[in-house]
Amino acid sequence: MTSQVSQQESPRWQDQLYDFLRKNNVTQFSYVPDAGHAILINRSIEDPEAHSVALAAEQEGVALAAGADLGGARSVLLMQSSGVGNCINMLSLMEGSKFPFLTFVTMRGEYGEGNPWQYAMGQAVEPVLKAMGVICLRVERPEDVIPTTAAAMTMVWQSEQRVAVLLAQKLLGAKKF
Amino acid sequence: MSSKLTAIKSAASAASRFVLDRRQAVPELVGNHKDFLIISGLAGAVYDMSSLTSQGDHFYGLGGAMGAATMMGLGLALARPDKRVLVVTGDGELLMSLGSLCTIGVINPPNLSIVCVDNGHYGETGFQKTHTYRGVDIEQFAKGAGISRTTTVSKKEEIAGASKMLRDGNGTAFVLLTVAPTEAPKVKLNLDGAVCRVQFRKTQLPAN
Repeated sequence: MTSQVSQQESPRWQDQLYDFLRKNNVTQFSYVPDAGHAILINRSIEDPEAHSVALAAEQEGVALAAGADLGGARSVLLMQSSGVGNCINMLSLMEGSKFPFLTFVTMRGEYGEGNPWQYAMGQAVEPVLKAMGVICLRVERPEDVIPTTAAAMTMVWQSEQRVAVLLAQKLLGAKKF
Repeated sequence: MSSKLTAIKSAASAASRFVLDRRQAVPELVGNHKDFLIISGLAGAVYDMSSLTSQGDHFYGLGGAMGAATMMGLGLALARPDKRVLVVTGDGELLMSLGSLCTIGVINPPNLSIVCVDNGHYGETGFQKTHTYRGVDIEQFAKGAGISRTTTVSKKEEIAGASKMLRDGNGTAFVLLTVAPTEAPKVKLNLDGAVCRVQFRKTQLPAN
């Protein structure tokens, strides 16, 4: 799915987020392309020390993270809210076997959304993730991205929880139609 | 061609394709299982590999999450370039996650090998036919996905070459092993995935 986001002022929080994840030993970045994640995706492609894994479907990134954990590596899944629905049964692997899991979800179908097709899944993201044992942390302001990610990483790799950081449409800017 | 004649033809071709006994063919193909870190998908494959490995600490078997095995193998292979990773899955599971072959093919990790034990049936749910029984060829999917080395094993004399291919470090390997629709060895599975995870990591992760 494609979406365009409004121009961010520099320094871009997306660059800070990539650097922060790398500094904390995240080495696998998996994704289905999304404009909201474009900077992270491109940084991972250009990074010789990281594995940039383009997925055919979002649920692949969930299983990838479980395999990475068995090998002692940290993997994050970058996806749009529409991809959350594809992940539901695969999340039973994470909750059932207590795999740590961190995902960043760029939200559609909420604040200012101009495409009615996006609402059904966008509005279902939080209840669906909660039902599958994933804790949701919502971010609406650029200055909250790094502190929220720091909190999420403690929850995931110290307390071995499953956490989704929801990057709100208020943060990203709604796509113009 | 009438649909009845098509059905008879595909049944005849299936009869010659699905003949090997998985209880002999899987152990012979895998060979020394300690050469690998092993991920096994649910159903027949997890029974095959639980039996072969005695559910050792180099083995993680799934009891659910259908479609997870290949991508777990990729995550593990990228995390552990010092080890060879073997994924064992079935035709039913792989039909559900064919896209993952593309994801793996474009990365082509040299330390990953995949075996699909293809019996043409969903054995776990009462042996309903899968698409492969009706002629779908998953090796062609793997090839089309860009996996560099692929082969199909349908006869005993083809096993040794494929077993060697699983161990070559020259790009990802994919072996389609076609077998008769008979039961895998029934062993008691450890279905506590969290315990298996802790055990696998404790044994396999290099000491910090």
